[in-house]
Amino acid sequence: MGRGAGRFGQDMAYLAVEVSGAGRHPGAWRRAGPVLTPGYHVELAATAARAGVDFLALGDSFAGQEGPTLDAVAIAARVAPVVPEIGLVPTVTVTHTEPFHISKAIATLDLVSSGRAGWEVAVSRTAAEAELFGRKAAAPAADLWREAAEAAEVVVRLWDSWEDDAVIRDAATGRYIDRDKLHYIDFTGEFFSVKGPSITPRSPQAHPLVVVREEPDSLPVIAAWADVVRVAAPDLAAAHAARDRVRAAVAAAGRDPESVAVLLDIETHLGADAARELDALGPLEPSSLRVAGSATALVDVIEEAVRGGAADGVTLVPLVLPGGLHPIADEVAPALVDRELRTTMPPGFTLRERFGLARPANFFTATTISGV
Amino acid sequence: MATKQIHLAAHFPGVNNTTVWSDPQAGSQTDFGSFVHFAQTAERGLFDFLFLAEGLRLREHRGKIHDLDVVGRPDTLTVLNAIAAVTTHLGLGGTINTTFNEPYELARQFASLDHLSGGRAAWNLVTSSDAFTGENFRRGGFLKPEQRYDRAQEILDAARELWLSDRQPVEHRGEQFSFSGRLTLPSTPQGHPVLIQSGDSDAGREFGAKTADAIFSRHGTLESGQAFYADLKGRMPKYGRRREDLSILPATTFALGDTEAEAQENGHRIRTAQVSPQTAIAFLEQVWGRDLSAYDPDGPLPDIDPDPGAEITRGRVRHEKDPMAVANSWRELAEAKGGLSIRELIVETTARQSFVGTPKQVARQMDAYVQGDASDGFILVPHLVPGGLDEFVEKVIPELQDLGSYRTEYTGPTLRDHLGLARPEVAHETRATG
Repeated sequence: MGRGAGRFGQDMAYLAVEVSGAGRHPGAWRRAGPVLTPGYHVELAATAARAGVDFLALGDSFAGQEGPTLDAVAIAARVAPVVPEIGLVPTVTVTHTEPFHISKAIATLDLVSSGRAGWEVAVSRTAAEAELFGRKAAAPAADLWREAAEAAEVVVRLWDSWEDDAVIRDAATGRYIDRDKLHYIDFTGEFFSVKGPSITPRSPQAHPLVVVREEPDSLPVIAAWADVVRVAAPDLAAAHAARDRVRAAVAAAGRDPESVAVLLDIETHLGADAARELDALGPLEPSSLRVAGSATALVDVIEEAVRGGAADGVTLVPLVLPGGLHPIADEVAPALVDRELRTTMPPGFTLRERFGLARPANFFTATTISGV
Repeated sequence: MATKQIHLAAHFPGVNNTTVWSDPQAGSQTDFGSFVHFAQTAERGLFDFLFLAEGLRLREHRGKIHDLDVVGRPDTLTVLNAIAAVTTHLGLGGTINTTFNEPYELARQFASLDHLSGGRAAWNLVTSSDAFTGENFRRGGFLKPEQRYDRAQEILDAARELWLSDRQPVEHRGEQFSFSGRLTLPSTPQGHPVLIQSGDSDAGREFGAKTADAIFSRHGTLESGQAFYADLKGRMPKYGRRREDLSILPATTFALGDTEAEAQENGHRIRTAQVSPQTAIAFLEQVWGRDLSAYDPDGPLPDIDPDPGAEITRGRVRHEKDPMAVANSWRELAEAKGGLSIRELIVETTARQSFVGTPKQVARQMDAYVQGDASDGFILVPHLVPGGLDEFVEKVIPELQDLGSYRTEYTGPTLRDHLGLARPEVAHETRATG
């Protein structure tokens, strides 16, 4: 018998929150205070941590935002030492950024957060982004995601390019490492080749959590590499269909669909006056299901989504920050516990452990240790 | 004349044999706790900045990954952003290679660090041309050696255009890069990050005199330090820069003791630990270009001559240009010192502390070096992680303060404040590059 949707297969909801700049609503910038100070980002992360969310998704792209934005890995690293427990999942696009750099940056985020790092894989579609680099033209989504599949493979292989016990510090032989436990990845693909090994040793989680958004061309990357999938859907029926697509693709790739959590994006703006406040910010086409209303209305939607099998959890996307996070911490999170959709986690879990995922075996040793 | 103030930077011990990983007190090279300890010690000592080096391919020796020194390190910018969270004033500098990064991305990453640290970022520009490292990157090792400073200059110009654009559109059309668009960030607390350079060639010195806020040098003796200092500062006026707009910081090691004899003994102990028997042979092989693993490190130098064409080590700069000359000078030295063994010879030639003595003696030596215009300060390279700065901060810093040549508190929040540098202005930059 398969488990129900949700956390630990117990009809429990995974809970993430996406933050970027002053919030997803472009009109939010006009009312924003300083969004570039470290204090702003520490406060956002601390509020999300108070809500007990599994991870903070830090959105990012090289262009297209209304207001000023910082590099998302930088923000994650800046908050990691001072905000405990919460997972930190920055978006890093692969279209213009070297996979070698991505691999060591996310592994290092895992180090400085003691195993709370993830990586949201994304592509840069626009001509505006391509022109910031001037190396190649904007490409169709199918090409971008084919390249992303190679980038993800390189990043994950580099994470495994050091075995856990490669550092031996053997004074008798003068050797700091056992170099037989470092591996060239020797990746050659359609778009690039990368030799390896990484310059950064294997990280606490070994494989930080890989998050990918569901779209038609991203399914191969999801099938091969995703631990968590984010779905945007206008309603729960569409979300259900998207979850089915993801699970089918994962199963077809020979992986267990139970090991890949599907989280539905819900745009939120909560409060008695929520709808009127949103109108005042100007128009915004919804990019996924939206709740502009009470915390109870949001909790109802989450309950229906998870208990009805449309999703294993949700990523809440406050349209206006930092204010939009407060009702999530103060009202939504406690209500989810009351409805037995969430439990309070004891401290000390890695992000993978929050998703019930084991620390993976090393690709380069898996064949030799499988018989042990 | 007022006493010149000494600037100090702290180099996190890295992937060469200066770092003694075999010491019982040596901690993890990658745990964040090691970085926290080291950075907070530097901040307690009122250092100008912490510094992280970088190498984007693991070194190889005789076709295999070099395993005798520390290997591996975390990502520079990610660690610096995390250290910003556990320090308040300490500058945060790192090497980032211009060959394997694009100007837009670098400008955005350093601007992010400067914002998230409240104005404490510094970038050591390094440009490499080796295809060896290029194998880790999609662009490969395409750069011709003679283009190194062209690329460094252009990436710096491009980054500055972005940093000082205040989110206005930038269009850059150059030999190395052609791009257009807006940075997602306004100018940073420091205007833009502090710029560090370390080239020693004529082109490198010219680049430093024109652009750098700080220079790492390798000139250890008073005389060579003074010559380098005079040369570098003498090149600045033609770029409209004042001598005090640039700090020259030679890489510096030290050994301390309660008495001079104890300091000498500690120095010898550290030098010996830095050159294990296996490391001695590896050093010799770098010069000889041959497999010398059959030689006894406690025996005499090889009779055979170096293979001048061989590149036995990859992934590090080879400073010895003429292996035969080096071999001959080593043979003469070994004989002059009464028949040094291979290991003793390598200890003698490669592992030497810049300053050895009691805390008071070391403080006076350092002060004399700076007051004598051999430098503006030092980048200290301790031999231990994470505690390599502890004793220096506890004992030498107060002596420097007593001499009146070292700060007793930070006087501003930014690294430019610590280094006494003006904040670059948008209008000034437009004139300078236009």
